[in-house]
Amino acid sequence: MDGIERTSVATPVIGHSRARARLKDADTFPKVLIANARDFPDRPASREKSLGIWQTWTWGQVLAETMRLAAGLHALGARRGDTIAIVGDNRPRLYWTMCAAQAIGCTPVPVYQDAVAAEMGFVIDNAGARFAIAEDQEQVDKLLQIKDAHPGLETIVFEDGRGMRHYAQPFLSSFAKVQEMGRELLARDPGFFEREAASAKGGDIAVMLYTSGTTGQPKGVVLSHTNVLATALNSIELEHLTENEETLAYLPMAWVGDHIFSFGQSYVAGFCVGCPESGATVMTDLRELGPTYFFAPPRIWENILTTVMIRMEDASRVKCWLFKRFMDLAKRVGPALLDKKPVGLLDRLLYRLGDLLVFAPLRNTLGFSRIRLAYTAGEAIGPDIFDFYRSLGVNVKQLYGMTEAAVFICIQPDGEVKPDTVGPPAPEVEVRIEPSGEVLFRSPGVFQSYYKNDKATAETKTADGWVKTGDAGFFGSDGHLRIIDRAKDVGKLADGSLFAPKYIENKLKFFPYIREAVAFGADRGFAAAFINIDLAAVGNWAERKGIVYGGYQELAAHPEVYALIQGCVERVNRDLSREATLAGSQIRRFLVLHKDLDADDGELTRTRKVRRSFVQSRYETLVEGLFSDAVRAHIETEVTFEDGRKGRVEADVAIAEAERYPLDPLKQAS
Amino acid sequence: MTDSGGRKIGDVLLKVDNISLAFGGVRALNDVSFDIRAHEIRAIIGPNGAGKSSMLNVINGFYHPQKGTITFRDIARTDIGPYDAASRGIARTFQNIALFRGMSTLDNIMTGRLLKMKRNLLWQALYWGPAKAEEMEHRAAAERIIDFLEIQAIRKVPVGRLPYGLQKRVELGRALASEPDLLLLDEPMAGMNVEEKEDMCRFILDVNDEFGTTIALIEHDMGVVMDISDRVVVLDYGKKIADGTPDEVRGDQAVIDAYLGVSH
Repeated sequence: MDGIERTSVATPVIGHSRARARLKDADTFPKVLIANARDFPDRPASREKSLGIWQTWTWGQVLAETMRLAAGLHALGARRGDTIAIVGDNRPRLYWTMCAAQAIGCTPVPVYQDAVAAEMGFVIDNAGARFAIAEDQEQVDKLLQIKDAHPGLETIVFEDGRGMRHYAQPFLSSFAKVQEMGRELLARDPGFFEREAASAKGGDIAVMLYTSGTTGQPKGVVLSHTNVLATALNSIELEHLTENEETLAYLPMAWVGDHIFSFGQSYVAGFCVGCPESGATVMTDLRELGPTYFFAPPRIWENILTTVMIRMEDASRVKCWLFKRFMDLAKRVGPALLDKKPVGLLDRLLYRLGDLLVFAPLRNTLGFSRIRLAYTAGEAIGPDIFDFYRSLGVNVKQLYGMTEAAVFICIQPDGEVKPDTVGPPAPEVEVRIEPSGEVLFRSPGVFQSYYKNDKATAETKTADGWVKTGDAGFFGSDGHLRIIDRAKDVGKLADGSLFAPKYIENKLKFFPYIREAVAFGADRGFAAAFINIDLAAVGNWAERKGIVYGGYQELAAHPEVYALIQGCVERVNRDLSREATLAGSQIRRFLVLHKDLDADDGELTRTRKVRRSFVQSRYETLVEGLFSDAVRAHIETEVTFEDGRKGRVEADVAIAEAERYPLDPLKQAS
Repeated sequence: MTDSGGRKIGDVLLKVDNISLAFGGVRALNDVSFDIRAHEIRAIIGPNGAGKSSMLNVINGFYHPQKGTITFRDIARTDIGPYDAASRGIARTFQNIALFRGMSTLDNIMTGRLLKMKRNLLWQALYWGPAKAEEMEHRAAAERIIDFLEIQAIRKVPVGRLPYGLQKRVELGRALASEPDLLLLDEPMAGMNVEEKEDMCRFILDVNDEFGTTIALIEHDMGVVMDISDRVVVLDYGKKIADGTPDEVRGDQAVIDAYLGVSH
């Protein structure tokens, strides 16, 4: 920790931009859409590939489509106060549904599209959805499965009818049919949409987003139009985003980030959102669209880097040499150039040459040629990964946010980007630290309530509008917030030394060979960890080493892999030994899990965060093994396949010991 | 599942009568007769060397039987070339994938459109006027198949770089590109894992259901055969030993003895 600690920091609103002037009378999203169709009638708003060719809708066309859809939903029986579930991958039509629902006073509730039927049923039931708009047969089948148990769900509308020719249920309706019903209504009543839109106010509910539920059942976070509009406006002002941006919407629509980046900011700034053809084509679509503004969680940045590195290992010697030479240079001067800090003339010229030979072609291959602004958030990002992109000239920044804040709590401003902070508070946000270390914030984005859960609302939101994040953190002397861990997860070992599991896990996960890690140690004699290997990275490594394996389980149990992982664990231990407060929590024993931790088995949330207590009880015999003298432990678990069937997996998992290092007083100062 | 839909099994589309085929002294097929009705899924099963692939090769004109006739859409013949068979609406896939390995998925599927292209090489090289319009139409058809088989992500990947299961899917795509009336599938699921087999089954059922394509398939996985076919014909040593619905065939003593193993 460096110098003065502050416990409270606030950032003023910027308050002037073209968007703010243009939208001064628009206090809801349908009104913003009308303004966009007026201000940018011919500018692109949505893109999607159809039969392999990009199709574009302008703001004028999006308004027309949304009007028909809103009128159609009304004709179908949707009334003010109803809830409409939206289930599917990122599709322009599903984004239009958001605004169409808002226009007629209904609350859109996007649902995680890869949720299994039971999870979907919980949300549909909790939100009291009368209507569901589904992307395709896959989603409709899930809804049909839960419909009997949730009679509140009356009507299902589907976008893509393939494979559903024989579905004769009267409550099923195609998207096109609903829009046709809307067209008829609008022919009789042309002023329908404007009139409906005008009757809503900024304080009305705009959307309900379910938290991923790291602990227990998901909660519906209610956000008003003002919540989303104000944070979107503040953030585009900070980053100077305009109608000329181009983005790719590929993260779940149910996640607050996507809602703000691909809906809120897109509407307010008026920029275009492209939707990938399918989950598997994202990298290709990225290259074709060349976004100027891009968000990715650390995992994706990491995957992209891993792919680059694996491909470079197969490249010719000359290319490898060039790549290595210029990447070394880029690591030294690239971030400084990006932050417009002084750099020597020779280095500047060399960087130019490197740009010509290596960086620009690489950015082009990755689809980052036009990128102006990129964010990462959700988890800590490895400093190596972060520096890699910044040295290439990709302006990746960290932000800190949550559903309850309509995303933005902290954003790193240009020129002040560091891998270990999340930046100062975003415009119009106040942040303060409780004596317990917990981070609290207050902003115009503060959520209204948890839906039908006053108890949870009262626990999280104070009477004067402060929200408890549940994260532990502190401000450095630079005014940047640093997050250590979930406040409740920070514990102590039996000897009283501090144990911050996530801090250790993140350090482990920074190695490309480690996909996931779970650390244990609270109230125990020492720290221990589960490791999940990264199949792609370790598989490639094994291939180069000539290690033969039959599958994931065999690879994970291989002694050479254990040795590889032991090396990683020991490097983490050496790192920890340099920090006085955490030196005691070095990892003594670890094991490599025989299967990937999976959201389908409830081990991760849908946003891929580890559900620690669940993992602990599910793998109890392994945890006990770690804290005994045993060299092997036996485990039998139930796994869920992608189609919902269940099976059993048995394994005998080896437990290894890692070396620990004495507190290193020399390095400690740095 | 196959009968739940609005799919109606129609009249006889293809009929083989008394087919005999011999390679020198080896009798591959011996007096085999059966028929395939429009819109049905017809399985041909039998132990190794029973003559299944030979039967498909006879149907699509690759082998010429010494005896017997083949009646396709009421036109009887003994002898036909593969090109003729293809232009009359018979498409097939092969047991050991026969794709252009250096070409992309999209290009492989486009080759399946070849018979539908009317303009000659010169027009196509000029890529102008009617030739351009035609190319666009064929590209759209190919894209519909890519969409149908959910292979967008490998559209531009050379087929040789794809895993086996996907190559099989591309081959199905190329066969579909010619919009066949009769689709012959030679072991579409050989060498696949359970998940890939499930996917392939779904695509076969979807093709049959969405396009009404009649399908004749050879398959070794009995579970699959019994699940998806409407009728099954069983060959053994070149002879037909049974013909009927999956249930009838399953209960047939000759089949149990010859193929599924004698039960004790």
